Amino acid sequence: MDKPILTAREVTRAYTPDQGCLGVSLDVWPGEVLGIVGESGSGKSTLLRLLSGQESADSGSILFLDRAGTPIELTETPESALRYLGRTEFGIIHQNPRDGLRLRISAGGNIGERLMGVGNRHYGDIRAIAESWLTEVEIDPARIDGKPLHFSGGMQQRLQIARNLVTNPRLVFMDEPTGGLDVSVQAKLLDTLKRLVHDLGIAVIIVTHDMGVARLLADRLLVMKQGRVIESGLTDQVLDDPHAAYTQQLVASILQVN
Amino acid sequence: MQAELTGYNFAYLDEQTKRMIRRGLLKAVAVPGLQVPFGGREMPLPYGWGTGGIQVTASVIGSDDVLKVIDQGADDTTNAVSIRHFFARTAGVETTEVTEEASLIQTRHRIPESPLSEGQILIYQVPIPEPLRFIEPRETETRKMHALTEYGVMHVKLYEDIAQFGQISTAYAYPVLVNGRYVMDPSPIPKFDNPKMHQSPALQLFGAGREKRLYAVPPYTDVISLDFEDHPFEIQSWDEDCALCGATDSFLDEVIINDAGERMFVCSDTHYCRQNRDASDG
Amino acid sequence: MYVAVKGGERAIQSAHELLAEMRRGDPEVPELTLEQIQNQMGLAVDRVMNEGSLFDAELAALAIKQAQGDMIEAIFLLRAYRTTLPRHGTSEPIETKDMRVLRRVSAVFKDVPGGQLLGPTYDYTHRLLDFTLAAQGEAPTEDPSSDLSSHAFETEVSPDPEQMARVLEILERDTLVETPKGPDVPSRDLTREPLDYPVDRATRLQALARGDEGYLLALAYSTQRGYGRTHPFAGEIRSGVVSVSMPFEELGYALPVGELLITECEMINQFQGSADVPPTFTRGYGLQVGLSERKAMSMALVDRSLRADEFEEEIESPAQDEEFVLSHCDNVEAWGFVSHLKLPHYVDFQSELELIRKLRDARETQDAS
Repeated sequence: MDKPILTAREVTRAYTPDQGCLGVSLDVWPGEVLGIVGESGSGKSTLLRLLSGQESADSGSILFLDRAGTPIELTETPESALRYLGRTEFGIIHQNPRDGLRLRISAGGNIGERLMGVGNRHYGDIRAIAESWLTEVEIDPARIDGKPLHFSGGMQQRLQIARNLVTNPRLVFMDEPTGGLDVSVQAKLLDTLKRLVHDLGIAVIIVTHDMGVARLLADRLLVMKQGRVIESGLTDQVLDDPHAAYTQQLVASILQVN
Repeated sequence: MQAELTGYNFAYLDEQTKRMIRRGLLKAVAVPGLQVPFGGREMPLPYGWGTGGIQVTASVIGSDDVLKVIDQGADDTTNAVSIRHFFARTAGVETTEVTEEASLIQTRHRIPESPLSEGQILIYQVPIPEPLRFIEPRETETRKMHALTEYGVMHVKLYEDIAQFGQISTAYAYPVLVNGRYVMDPSPIPKFDNPKMHQSPALQLFGAGREKRLYAVPPYTDVISLDFEDHPFEIQSWDEDCALCGATDSFLDEVIINDAGERMFVCSDTHYCRQNRDASDG
Repeated sequence: MYVAVKGGERAIQSAHELLAEMRRGDPEVPELTLEQIQNQMGLAVDRVMNEGSLFDAELAALAIKQAQGDMIEAIFLLRAYRTTLPRHGTSEPIETKDMRVLRRVSAVFKDVPGGQLLGPTYDYTHRLLDFTLAAQGEAPTEDPSSDLSSHAFETEVSPDPEQMARVLEILERDTLVETPKGPDVPSRDLTREPLDYPVDRATRLQALARGDEGYLLALAYSTQRGYGRTHPFAGEIRSGVVSVSMPFEELGYALPVGELLITECEMINQFQGSADVPPTFTRGYGLQVGLSERKAMSMALVDRSLRADEFEEEIESPAQDEEFVLSHCDNVEAWGFVSHLKLPHYVDFQSELELIRKLRDARETQDAS
């Protein structure tokens, strides 16, 4: 495909004059991972919510190209259609897996929900698919009837990923998917994510304040400060040769930790 | 039977209220399975005891109607007696226990065993009209789910049953899909009765008084019980026959007959049971 | 000229005089007797005894009279009296199987050994105001439910005064319903020891037994509407008279000391089980003195929802949250704290006033610069 899957132009949602998301434009190409980095309060999570239709913009345009190649202007799409896109074309991985899972429903039920939502009515098939997805995200398939309530944070996050990817979405939004996890758990999860994204060829927009995560996953980076994009480019380019002083600080802070 | 009650309108409700409810019912019939909000009134019976059904009955009943009221399938249970008595007093209509003779049947938790026919109206008392309620308690959210046909979670519930118990463990108030569009709560009838709703020649009206909702299944409408291809919907069956009439095809109630816990099984539909006994006596 | 409010003593005295006058009402109207209240407002008396935790109908009637029918005030009065009473000991557990039954219904079986017995209930009355009562008439000769008695299953009941097995006991034999466990620890007296979370079930039931009827009703209702659902069935509700015995150490055995009219409710709830454990119904329990059926049923529903932890159910609704439910179920505590807002808070408010002015000044200075 030679067209971006998502095209955003001058997207604005201002909470105060210098807070929120201010005139952001970006393109996401099929199969690429776009990282959005910046310190907390820079507007990156707001941008993600706007792009994924979880929040509506004050102004601007967000054009999404669906499976059939039909352009859909998300800012003018009614909630019903947005929710349908949410089940079929999008995936949303929340930072806190509790926001994206049904904690008292079994792991199998969590993965199966989207399948049943799009009409799968064969218990055996649903279960088999759920098992294979558990394997895919490196959860023991024997835990299929376990409730995520009793899972560790890392397992919950893996389950959330499986639950989202099971219907082959074309664009996945991730908000700090490794936030709140131990470093070793983070590393394993990042490996899994990188493998899945690569194997499935899905486009991903990932928000993170962690430059390590950005370097590992993202093909391209946008740097946000006070609601605006101040720098963008290929990940290596931005990280190895940051132009803005702000970006240099972000990169430096991570290098110290590493 | 006592004298009619004076000082109240025919069938208790005032005509404006009845008109309002009938307008709601018309909408409900036009969109099978859709829950239609209505301005439910305070009734002289407690909420949860059939105030929805009573309001629907009061709105559609005419002086030449013949009314049957059942509760748990039986004409002689206290609540059925009480409601039948209420309409006998406030509307002075003829009442019956014979399913075939009734033009209106108000019911709680059963559909009569004898097949219904065209022209009959079956009025269900509904405690909780929202089939999604126990998955999503918020009305604002369930309304959206219905509007957008987001019924995946309904099957998640059935999936969980099978995963936990090896089979769908919903025995009553078993959810149905009406006319291929709305998922509907059939009221707490046993799933045994679900197939009777499908393509029924009778008009089926549902009233939920406390939750202030009406819904309907017009005659000859598809009513399909939700299931999985490899775990198809099944109805209850018993090893025993009815101890009184010998019926093998009816829903049986279990009755404990002594402190030692001995049981017997009898038809829940008292009229059906008597009819069978009369037929074999004659 | 402004005079700061003083003279509280005189104000209070006048208030009490006005209150006494208001309580008495028009002196032309005969004064209520305690006998009248006890006899003709028995359900109000029952409620005050339950939530006041003192089973003395005459004192409860007095409290109702003194409180002008304000139930919480009456409960408060009775509690304040109760607290002065000495404790002589703990009675033997009552046996509800031996109850002389006044009313007994089961919603799970059409018939049960001993039969269904409707007893005195508003259940099947049509709520139509009875103007014959307004005309100081006798009880209506035309009982709206009189023709009910023609129905066989209600008249043939003549309860065996010896024993009537509880419905759930019969189900227990088939192990279809869990067998209740007795308390692990001797029961405590909530009115002598503070609650210490988490509490055992017996203590919880004690707290619920004296909890506010309206509050428990609302919580019970919320579980039915999906906030902590428990799939309840009214397994059995029975009201009647039981004998109360006290152990006498000197004698080495217990002797009956009196009788209590009580209402017991046993709910049968959703079953538990897994691929390995056979599904078993669970249960909730409610017990009240008098004919307090609404409260007993609400209590049983809330008891079951509070057992969520025991059955490893996710706790996500108010009625399942032990601390939430128990910390707020006592209406004397609740009304005490709400009503204390009427007390002077001049000093606290003054501090807030001072602070808010300072903050606003600081902002004005900032805006100006």
